[in-house]
Amino acid sequence: MEALAACTVAVLVACGVYLLLRARTFSVVVGLSLLSYAVNLFLFFTGRLLASAPPLVGSGAEGASADPLPQALVLTAIVIGFAMTAFVLILALRARGELGNDHVDGKGGGR
Amino acid sequence: MTHWLMVPLVLPLVAAMVNLLLGGREIGRQRLVSLACASGLLVAAMVLLERAAGGGLTVYRLGNWPAPFGIVLVLDRLSGLLLTTTAVLALLSLLHAVNGDDARGHHFHVFFPIQLLGINGAFLTGDLFNLFVFFEVLLIASYCLSLHGGGAERVRASLRYVALNLIGSALFLLAVGALYGLTGTLNMADLGSKVAAAPVEQVALLRAGGLLLLVVFGLKAAILPLHPWLPPLYGSVLAPVAALFAVMTKVGVYAILRTVTLILPPQGAVGSAIAEVLPLLALLTLAAGGLGVLAAARLRTLIASLVVLSVGALLAGIGQFNAAGIAAALYYLPHTTLVAAGLFLLAEPITRQRGEVEDRFIPGPPLLQPTRLGLLFVLGAVAAAGLPPLSGFIGKLMLLRSVAPADGPWLWIVVLGASLLTLIALSRAGSRLFWGTAGTAGAAGTVGWRQLLPAALLLAASIGMTIAAAPISRYTEAAAHQLLAPQQYIDAVLGASATGGTP
Repeated sequence: MEALAACTVAVLVACGVYLLLRARTFSVVVGLSLLSYAVNLFLFFTGRLLASAPPLVGSGAEGASADPLPQALVLTAIVIGFAMTAFVLILALRARGELGNDHVDGKGGGR
Repeated sequence: MTHWLMVPLVLPLVAAMVNLLLGGREIGRQRLVSLACASGLLVAAMVLLERAAGGGLTVYRLGNWPAPFGIVLVLDRLSGLLLTTTAVLALLSLLHAVNGDDARGHHFHVFFPIQLLGINGAFLTGDLFNLFVFFEVLLIASYCLSLHGGGAERVRASLRYVALNLIGSALFLLAVGALYGLTGTLNMADLGSKVAAAPVEQVALLRAGGLLLLVVFGLKAAILPLHPWLPPLYGSVLAPVAALFAVMTKVGVYAILRTVTLILPPQGAVGSAIAEVLPLLALLTLAAGGLGVLAAARLRTLIASLVVLSVGALLAGIGQFNAAGIAAALYYLPHTTLVAAGLFLLAEPITRQRGEVEDRFIPGPPLLQPTRLGLLFVLGAVAAAGLPPLSGFIGKLMLLRSVAPADGPWLWIVVLGASLLTLIALSRAGSRLFWGTAGTAGAAGTVGWRQLLPAALLLAASIGMTIAAAPISRYTEAAAHQLLAPQQYIDAVLGASATGGTP
């Protein structure tokens, strides 16, 4: 289970980095989104992988309890990531209009 | 009255909301609200500075939750100094902005206070995840401010800046997640004690998390391999925005200083990895800043490279990990922030009076007011290059005296070499801008003393810091000793008293 979780994060990060390095605004935006998904999963997994454990200490069940804090962190990260993605999309559109191409350096040319 | 700690956060938030409600059509009232907010922040910062100077730490527990569980705001000498610097800078940048720059786009008076909220929050918070949140607050405001006024150049520089910082945020979250997963806490004081007691098998992962934090803060502070976003961005944004941005790199420096003194001290197995690379990165940043200053083709890019250079000088002081080095860096920090901001504000009338040539170092129409602009430029150049008698010289002297004999030669060579390059570049810039004239002067763009006042005051702050050098350096030395004894911070935050105000 842990290995699967780690591989999922790794694949998402790899795809995100690949897209970021394409240096075209659309792929950069998608790459950033993938990267933030990977980060959110990673944060979620830092609370350890537990099945059907109660989130509160002393709520009846014996032994392990799930850590609710990473879930709160993920929620905050999702909200911030959503706002940032919306902003960077609008900025990318504006850059396309002002600079006439969709390269992140605004220099165009190439393919 | 521990509630004073909330003023630097609540005041700008309220001001931003009021300005949002007022809307774009009532810019006169928005200006009043923003100026009132900035003046109030200055008063609050003075009160907090006075309080911090006493030597005690003030801990404010939000919602009165006990420390490792709830979020705390902590005021020590370092936070007090940085809050005051930010407040002075904000008020003077705003005084410059209300001359008309704020009306060149929408919602300037909404984002400006939000940016102050983020900066103040980052200086005060004692929680690592909360630090992330305040970083995001200041970043999103800075994205909007950097685009203020529009234009292709700004959009191009901002796009790069935004993309880089989004990657930085992702790395920050990874670092926070790794540290939390291992230690089970996000409170900086608690992290400090947990990391010190970490079992051996966790050291490698903790070190990875710590170095990731260094990368993130290094991106904000513009340390060498992560600095290329800075000169184009600072060189293209509007003058008051660039002036405010002068303190943004210092947020990164602050975060590094807090991390290496509190969370990952160099004596520990985890922090030693950072302590090894930091001095080297500082020297490389200094060298890169010096070369950038010399290579700049425009005045505003030159000043932006001065900002990079100053980050190198600050880290060189911090990288000594002794009281004298940190005290020197803390004395140098307000000086370099205020002088760089003053130069950014001064660059605007120079750029305007040179017409189409703008601030490029090529012959252009003569300035309309060479005397008053020239005098201010000389003041700024002397302060920035670190010539005696102004405070830049005192700061560099303190830095050079703090060096341990073993690493002496390298730091001396790089600091003095960078100062020489700055001096050459600034004299060349001055002679090209003020004497290298061609053609006839343009018609528009004269500035009265009222418009020049903010720039003049920021540059004169260097004179003030020279006159008040003794009390300021006493304060920064005390702050350095406080930083190097993190146990006081840990005790104050995690102490038993749940109502704040620990002596």
